[in-house]
Amino acid sequence: MPESAAVPVIRVRGLVSRFGAQVIHDALDMDVQPNEIFGIVGGSGTGKSVLLRTILGLRAPDAGTVELYGKDLQQLSAADRSALVRSYGVTFQNGALISSLTIAQNIQLPLREYFSASDKTLQELSELNLALVGLAPETADKYPSQLSGGMVKRAALARALSLEPKLLLLDEPTAGLDPISAAAFDELLLYLHSQLRLTVVMITHDLDTLFRTCTRAGVIVHGHMITDTLEGLLQNQDPWIHAYFHGPRARAAAGTAGDAHG
Amino acid sequence: MTILKLEGAAEDWHLHLTGDWSLAAMAQIEAQLKTLPDTLQGTLVCDWSQAERPGIGPAWALLMRLAGLRSAQLDVRHTGNPPHYLDLLQKLKSDVHALEAAPHLEPSLERSVENLGRWAVLRGGEVRAVIGFFGRIVTVINEAFPRPRALRLPSLVRHIYETGITAIPIVSLIAFLISVIVAYLGAQQLNRFGADIFVVDLVTISVLREMGVMLTAIIVAGRSGSAFAAEIGVMQLNEETDALRAMGMNPVELLVVPRVLALIIALPMLTVIADAMGLAGGGLLSLLNLHIPLPQFISRLRESLSPTTFWSGVIKAPVFAVLIGMVGTYRGMQVRDSARELGRLTTAAVVESIFLVILADAFFAVLFVQIDF
Repeated sequence: MPESAAVPVIRVRGLVSRFGAQVIHDALDMDVQPNEIFGIVGGSGTGKSVLLRTILGLRAPDAGTVELYGKDLQQLSAADRSALVRSYGVTFQNGALISSLTIAQNIQLPLREYFSASDKTLQELSELNLALVGLAPETADKYPSQLSGGMVKRAALARALSLEPKLLLLDEPTAGLDPISAAAFDELLLYLHSQLRLTVVMITHDLDTLFRTCTRAGVIVHGHMITDTLEGLLQNQDPWIHAYFHGPRARAAAGTAGDAHG
Repeated sequence: MTILKLEGAAEDWHLHLTGDWSLAAMAQIEAQLKTLPDTLQGTLVCDWSQAERPGIGPAWALLMRLAGLRSAQLDVRHTGNPPHYLDLLQKLKSDVHALEAAPHLEPSLERSVENLGRWAVLRGGEVRAVIGFFGRIVTVINEAFPRPRALRLPSLVRHIYETGITAIPIVSLIAFLISVIVAYLGAQQLNRFGADIFVVDLVTISVLREMGVMLTAIIVAGRSGSAFAAEIGVMQLNEETDALRAMGMNPVELLVVPRVLALIIALPMLTVIADAMGLAGGGLLSLLNLHIPLPQFISRLRESLSPTTFWSGVIKAPVFAVLIGMVGTYRGMQVRDSARELGRLTTAAVVESIFLVILADAFFAVLFVQIDF
């Protein structure tokens, strides 16, 4: 793949992740360019979530480097790392909203932590973030346990957006949603991507989401990552990738995506 | 630092945005937005050309402030390369409805009576629920007689191991040390009357009747009562108990009864060990500090013991076990929704079970004196 002139948002080189004798990633390379929506695909147990956690700095790589905006996370001081971490928003698979706080308090939590602002302004900002993800203002005073699965995912996205990130990392954003909610989430993501000029990296098993939203995707096979456009991946002859993109579900998703793009 | 500069007059206004307009400067931006006069009208041009790193939050605050101005006739325009998301924000602004403040309720006599009534009804409901919970445990045990599998032997054994066997070191140590302390301090007093030998009576009766079982119960309440509440609580949070119910299994049978039964078996066993360690501690101190040889200690011990002394302690253990086990599992089953609930109810389980143990002990003390046990 030719090197792009722009500094990649995420650049992973030779990443090795090990759990005891089990090697999950074996010299994995990954590049995410600014303003793209990048999908991470792979079978269960291939280390998609481990990769995400490594990019987030929650896990130290066993070998190799992870750079965000050209800076190596492991080389940074604690303060610099905290500042860098603030520049990206994350949603976890199950939302990971703090269960004892209301949705508004969840959204305000990082704002309160890092910035000083009056309660009224914080209230306005949480309303803004709820509006951005298409949640009704009444949601603000509810607790996470009172929301449906789709609303939890949106609320988690609202919290991720509260620090105005340039980069969004999403772990299975549409898992567990009904097709209508999942499709609405795809549209929301595309909308936010175009309006806020975000770079998005998402782990997904949802082929519809993958074909609808992603510009490029990386497939983790045998500990390496194969990165290509979706058209390229459809042509790929690796048996696993072929099976993944040419299964009965994939054909349907690819067909409709082709219509949408065409 | 100036962030807002308002220029113009009458119907024609210019608002210059300068300096840092990122989230980090939110406090200043907010303060300066407040100084905007409420009476602006005509046209207002916001010039973004000198704003550095404009953020979404500050832009939103500006829009909200301008929307909040009293005069409806203000025509706002944005120039100077405004941030790309401004259109989106303006569209959202028209969608967002201001949240209405909840009506503030004035405190009054009527309301406090109402609150008292509500509290009483809630407490009453809780008492009923606890009795119901006890009833369900008894029902399960009752049904287990014709169907021994319902007793879940492997689970029972695991809980006896966890609540009983693993508690032996800490229970032994504490019983030993406390009885050494009691014997030592008692000896100081009794020595003045030349009644050293009565240290044996002191240690024997206090350990066997009260301290052995009480100490054990309090340690177990702290160790196992909290573990019961936390384990079952997390299962509640993960909907594991719902899954069991959905598969037609009874969580009381699977989770509660093995724990309560295990405690009923383990606590008397621990009490006997605590008694033995307590007597050993008293004997050792008598030997080293008071120079009472071991044979003399044992013969004095025999004389001071009445047949019921040992049993009056041990007989309390199963009762305490039921209290600790029930409170722990009941609080665990009450956990709903949030991590905070888990912590609150685990704490409640320990505090309440220790309280109930001491209350029951007081009851036993009076009872045993009355019936001369």
